[in-house]
Amino acid sequence: MTSVTLSVNGRQHVVEVEPRRTLADVLRDDLGLHGTHLGCEHGVCGACTVLVDGDPTRACLLFAVQCQDSSITTIEGLSKDGALHPVQQAFTDNFGLQCGFCTPGFIMLLVGALESHSVGNDEDLVEVLSSNLCRCTGYRSILQAAKQAAAELQAGAGKGAR
Amino acid sequence: MKPSPFDYLAPGDLDEALGALAEHEGEAKVLAGGQSLVPAMNFRLATPSVLVDLNRIEGLAEVRVGDGELVIQSLVRHRDLEIPATEDATALLLARVSRLVGHLPIRVRGTVAGSLAHADPAAEWCMLAVALDATIVARSVRGTRRIAANEFFEGLFTTALAEDEIITEVRLPLLGNAGTGFREKSQTAGDFATVATIAACTLDDGIVADARLAIAGAGATPVRANRAESLLVAREATPDAIAVASRAAAEDVEPSSDASTSADYRRHLVEVLARRALDDALEAAS
Ligand SMILES: Cc1cc2nc3c(=O)[nH]c(=O)nc-3n(C[C@H](O)[C@H](O)[C@H](O)COP(=O)(O)OP(=O)(O)OC[C@H]3O[C@@H](n4cnc5c(N)ncnc54)[C@H](O)[C@@H]3O)c2cc1C
Ligand code: FES
Ligand code: FES
Repeated sequence: MTSVTLSVNGRQHVVEVEPRRTLADVLRDDLGLHGTHLGCEHGVCGACTVLVDGDPTRACLLFAVQCQDSSITTIEGLSKDGALHPVQQAFTDNFGLQCGFCTPGFIMLLVGALESHSVGNDEDLVEVLSSNLCRCTGYRSILQAAKQAAAELQAGAGKGAR
Repeated sequence: MKPSPFDYLAPGDLDEALGALAEHEGEAKVLAGGQSLVPAMNFRLATPSVLVDLNRIEGLAEVRVGDGELVIQSLVRHRDLEIPATEDATALLLARVSRLVGHLPIRVRGTVAGSLAHADPAAEWCMLAVALDATIVARSVRGTRRIAANEFFEGLFTTALAEDEIITEVRLPLLGNAGTGFREKSQTAGDFATVATIAACTLDDGIVADARLAIAGAGATPVRANRAESLLVAREATPDAIAVASRAAAEDVEPSSDASTSADYRRHLVEVLARRALDDALEAAS
């Protein structure tokens, strides 16, 4: 067992883990943060996507012992003072979810992409979304939500810059 | 599934990492981006008993230009190459290629060196290394050696690397103002390529001075289309000449069939994508 300090959603957690346990397992089983879902466990579906130092990352392909000194954000850390994050709000407004299994992954993917990487146009957004799988929606409503969130976050960033 | 147990080592410098690999030779594996190794461990296709994580080593994440080469160190992520390091054709080509390697979450972690070590037959970086005659610099406690790309890929997921060696640098020649082309067909966006091609050409007064054509996804390793290349050199770059060369490239590959793609279809893709990559390269060179 190895002792690791994880910084998750702004809080420090000290956990004793076996090196073979992935970040996704430790978030779910040790910290009780069940919003991070596990689907394929080999990097393909994106259900486990969280932010590691701002980058959208597959939590099933990273061992928790690798995350000492990293700052991790999960779906549970997005809303502020009871208000949904603009990406969460956009999913609600556009019916971007049905069963909801893929939703935390899609939302963390989009938050990471929109906040720390350049997403220029709708084609870039489609390319970003191609990272994750949804078995319910047919993607149209997810893309709609992504467009709304991108417009809102970029307008916000523009205001901040001025 | 979950990985089988292993000891985790996170050395702070390269010598320590090399020492650990030597000490646990045969049982230890290097961990870089983890985007190929961890899926294999989750399926227990890979069951190393020791993991040597390179990610804590300082000074291994540089892209450098010098001596006519672009040098990519061990921890350079796919994503780091999306913005070209220079205006040279090699760097511009890398920027285009990097955008088609997996998806954003894969690209922020996966490394070029890890992709070469993994040696997937459809991997873009492996094809690029073969196309440009890259040199792979490998270190171990026994010393440093330089391996030419055409001797590096030995078969499906098999390379010339010894178990105690770490790729410290991938060195690519700068192509100056050569024209390049990169074409890929995959089942869905961000997937591994079914077939992909890279071409790089220079022209001298309308005559092809140099032609490189590499193909991935049509055999156990990426290959150079040697006959196609020599059919182009010292000739005028006409559509006919390009068509003849592309056909030769398709005749010379040895694809196999799998559940989703027949060998015949792969061969067809080689011809079409070779032609398009050569078209792009010769257009850009003129
Ligand atoms: C969903 C998904 C889609 C993908 N799509 C593509 C794609 O379209 N194209 C593509 O090319 N790849 C794709 N990949 C694979 C990805 O590019 C990997 O990042 C890459 O193959 C391996 O790099 P890594 O740094 O992650 O290596 P790791 O997974 O850490 O290691 C892979 C292997 O290389 C060895 N290794 C790593 N670094 C070194 C080194 N410096 N010296 C010696 N040995 C080393 C390891 O021991 C291991 O055997 C995809 C992966 C996923 C999960
Ligand atoms: S569970 Fe991690 S990508 Fe599917
Ligand atoms: S909403 Fe059910 S998988 Fe996407």
